[in-house]
Amino acid sequence: MTSVTETPGLAMSRINPGAIIRWTILFIGGVLMVTPLLYMFSTSLKTPGQIYDLRLIPAEPTLANYIEVLREGDFMRWFINSSIVAVVVTLSNLFFDSLVGYTLAKFKFRGRRFVFIAILSTLMIPTEMLVIPWYLMSAQFGWLDTYWGIMFPGMTTAFGTFLMKQFFETVPDDFLEAARIDGMNEFTIWWKIAMPLVTPALSALAIFTFLGNWTAFFWPLIVTTSKELYTLPIGLTSFAVEQAIRWEMIMTGAALATIPTLVIFLVLQRFIVRGVMLAGLKG
Amino acid sequence: MATISLKNLTKVYGKAEVIHGIDLDIADGEFVVFVGPSGCGKSTTLRMIAGLEAVSGGEIRIGDRVVNELDPKSRNIAMVFQNYAIYPHMTVRENIAIGLYTQNLDKEEKARRVENAAQILGLTDFADRRPAALSGGQRQRVAMGRAMVRDPAAFLFDEPLSNLDAQLRAQMRIEIKALHQRLGSTIAYVTHDQVEAMTMADRIVVMKDGHILQQGRPMDIYANPVDVFTARFIGTPSMNIIPSGLAGGPAAGDGGRPVLLGVRPQDLHVGQAAAAGGLTLAGPVTAVEPLGPETLVHFRVGEETVIGTAPATQIPEVGSEVSARAEDAQLHRFDAETEKALESR
Repeated sequence: MTSVTETPGLAMSRINPGAIIRWTILFIGGVLMVTPLLYMFSTSLKTPGQIYDLRLIPAEPTLANYIEVLREGDFMRWFINSSIVAVVVTLSNLFFDSLVGYTLAKFKFRGRRFVFIAILSTLMIPTEMLVIPWYLMSAQFGWLDTYWGIMFPGMTTAFGTFLMKQFFETVPDDFLEAARIDGMNEFTIWWKIAMPLVTPALSALAIFTFLGNWTAFFWPLIVTTSKELYTLPIGLTSFAVEQAIRWEMIMTGAALATIPTLVIFLVLQRFIVRGVMLAGLKG
Repeated sequence: MATISLKNLTKVYGKAEVIHGIDLDIADGEFVVFVGPSGCGKSTTLRMIAGLEAVSGGEIRIGDRVVNELDPKSRNIAMVFQNYAIYPHMTVRENIAIGLYTQNLDKEEKARRVENAAQILGLTDFADRRPAALSGGQRQRVAMGRAMVRDPAAFLFDEPLSNLDAQLRAQMRIEIKALHQRLGSTIAYVTHDQVEAMTMADRIVVMKDGHILQQGRPMDIYANPVDVFTARFIGTPSMNIIPSGLAGGPAAGDGGRPVLLGVRPQDLHVGQAAAAGGLTLAGPVTAVEPLGPETLVHFRVGEETVIGTAPATQIPEVGSEVSARAEDAQLHRFDAETEKALESR
């Protein structure tokens, strides 16, 4: 008997209960994540009469909703508004967060720690608390119902600064010192030497910031009043309030809205993976 | 090319002085190696010359300019770092070319210089590769190429071979030495490896605790170390240092002060019988290291372990008694309290 328990049979050794549990949990998680997405695409292909027919594959699939949404003048306008806001805010974050993060990581100056803790502590303030001062500020400076009004609260973020600082700390000082000896000024060192070495962090920050701004709802809803300045999430809600809730139109708009996020993720994800591999090699 | 001159150079971190007023003149075209244990201040000195550390006191001249307040880029020096510091996102060619970043040269001249450096260093075939696709030795050559291409007043090397394996290190030593002979450049080179110092330097500067203990030609330092630290630090294996009384000599010197005797393992011949004069030591063998051409024999004399050399064919048993002898001319004598050499041989 002892020998049997010590050397389990081939079939027994292949079954790993831990792996079964892990895979099952992951599978359930995957299904939970994907199902709403599939229903979104499915509903976007249904006619209004089929909306409450919960079959995943529509009985009579149609592209009519897509044609209608794209013909609708405002949708493209909202799409462009969202694109402008998300792209400008993302570029601004990549530039300013990494500039501040680099300064905090690589320069020694009095008050450096205080500045860093002050920036970090702003992470503890919930957005809901900030909205009122943002609104008052916007009203005072005439930023209400403008692109700048939508964008200004997110142009730099404490999270981005923190992320970039942590990554810049992993860049060896020798690189920067070599560049100083080679004659570069501090801005060029940051731009030409340090930035390419933190592409994984930049890619991650770009994905987070873009997605966050692309899907932002609360602040754009408050700061915009004219329909021409709506971003996509705000615009989509208008399908629900004007006549009735037009689920097929909302789902079609949402399906179109996921395209840029998918593209951004698929393009930048490669840089994250490549960046991690680069970082693993010496020199 | 240029001279480098340090006058009463000091470095203070907070309240701690780590470089205590050192003076040194490096001649035009000279290859000077700073050697010493970790924390002796050799890298700090080099970084002050480069302009990467502020000078706390004293003066640094490169050529006839005082450079204390100048940026690194204004000093016209090139530096090679321990971990290469070549940029991973650039190709070999781009890495070398970045050395010309500030120089106002036309495109053709830049390309010509880069190609020339790549050719001298045997990097032409790898010019379009990224550093990740290069071996450690090739990466260090790229770093040297970036330094060379600028034709600087002086080269500074900060432990450039420490990350390489032993075989590659030996090869790179020869390459750097050959490069120096070819370019005739002024070089300040920092290492903790005394073999590098001995084999490459025109002049060695031995440092400890922020002081220069001794400077001179490698063989002069090897033959006439000024103190016990230098005697032990220069030469492999280290010099045996034993109290004179233990070695059968008088326990005290002329002034009645205790004396230490130093003898290099190569001068202490195991198996030779006692004779008049010189030094004879005997004791049980604790370890043997057959090296091929010779055998190192570790044996105990009183509380001390001493290393002697036996011919390749004689490998004594561990535990057996051996005796070893050195000629009087090969002995070094040090004051036991100050650890300074008592006479120059």
